[in-house]
Amino acid sequence: MMKLKVFYDRESKEKTIELGNNATIKDLLKKMVINPVTVIVSKNNDVVLEDEKLKDKDDIKIISVISGG
Amino acid sequence: MNCCSNKPIIELIAGEKLCKNHFIEYFESKVFKTIRQFDLIGKEEHLGVALSGGKDSLTLLCLLSKLSKQNPKIKLTAIAINEGIENYRDKTLETAKNFCSKNNIPLKIYSFENEFGMSLDNALKILDVKPCTICGIFRRYLLNKKSRELGFTKLATGHNLDDEAQSVVMNQFKNNMQASARLGPKAGNDAGTASGTNPVGNKNFVQRIKPLYLCTEKEVTVYAFVNNLLDDFNECPNVAKSYRAQVRDMLNNFENENPGTKYAIINSFLQVLPDLKKRFKGEDVNSCKECGEPASKDKCNACIFVEKLEKAKLKAVS
Repeated sequence: MMKLKVFYDRESKEKTIELGNNATIKDLLKKMVINPVTVIVSKNNDVVLEDEKLKDKDDIKIISVISGG
Repeated sequence: MNCCSNKPIIELIAGEKLCKNHFIEYFESKVFKTIRQFDLIGKEEHLGVALSGGKDSLTLLCLLSKLSKQNPKIKLTAIAINEGIENYRDKTLETAKNFCSKNNIPLKIYSFENEFGMSLDNALKILDVKPCTICGIFRRYLLNKKSRELGFTKLATGHNLDDEAQSVVMNQFKNNMQASARLGPKAGNDAGTASGTNPVGNKNFVQRIKPLYLCTEKEVTVYAFVNNLLDDFNECPNVAKSYRAQVRDMLNNFENENPGTKYAIINSFLQVLPDLKKRFKGEDVNSCKECGEPASKDKCNACIFVEKLEKAKLKAVS
């Protein structure tokens, strides 16, 4: 198991999420119940795809594509 | 399929995976192709760019600024509306001001407070109305009026494919095809004559154009991210109550299950749009008897709401 610190801009807070080894961004979004259509995800400040594998200590930011009014 | 050996940052609906450089190239050429395909911008223009400070309008202004540098006969002025929504608009306007000052783009800001005598927050305290209804009416009214007064030949807005798909579905759900006839990459029925583009339209209507029309919200966000145009997350506090937000969430869930749904909505809409425009031709060419702005009836919706506000103000003090 790995523990990831994840910042979700829509909630303006960092959360710790536990995932199995070899987990991907897709697994992370599923665990957080976030529709992948509504966000982009950056890992260590680079935008990555849903099949990107995660490691402990990765800096993950989930950025909502929805804004404005 | 990957575009090259560099790491991809986005997967397109068709399955192609693009790296940062190829995505920027793809995105910019899509926007410039949209401008050519729908004849959005002429050789000589004074374009107003509606700027909120959010990712869509900043991306639009950034791209139009590139176009303007290549074509000095295309002049740009940004225009922003301060509705008076605490802890929201003040932040995005700060971003807008910084961007314009850094890029030497003139920026004009108008407020509900100065133009209608009351901020949106205060209006909502005395008027029982859906926030997005009055806000949208006042904002569109000011954008059109000020664009004409400032001599803009057209007004560019940051509406993207997601925004338009939502509008198409909302109008279907409300059986309002007349409103759909006003949509499209060149908005407005009998699109305006303030720029002299159509002799049938209302002479006070400034043509609105949507260069990001075929870009998804996700594509705009990725472009904004890689070009450092993204600010902290900022959503209007009133949006959760809106009909649009319900349709947006429904479409996003559907898109997740059935990728390509939003493109399909827009592509089919573009096929019927010419017929819709013909069907409703001439129905929006009246002028408001109070202010002269374009209206579908004798009086425009902005004047109707100003009157309601005045009555509500009197009631509140009596």
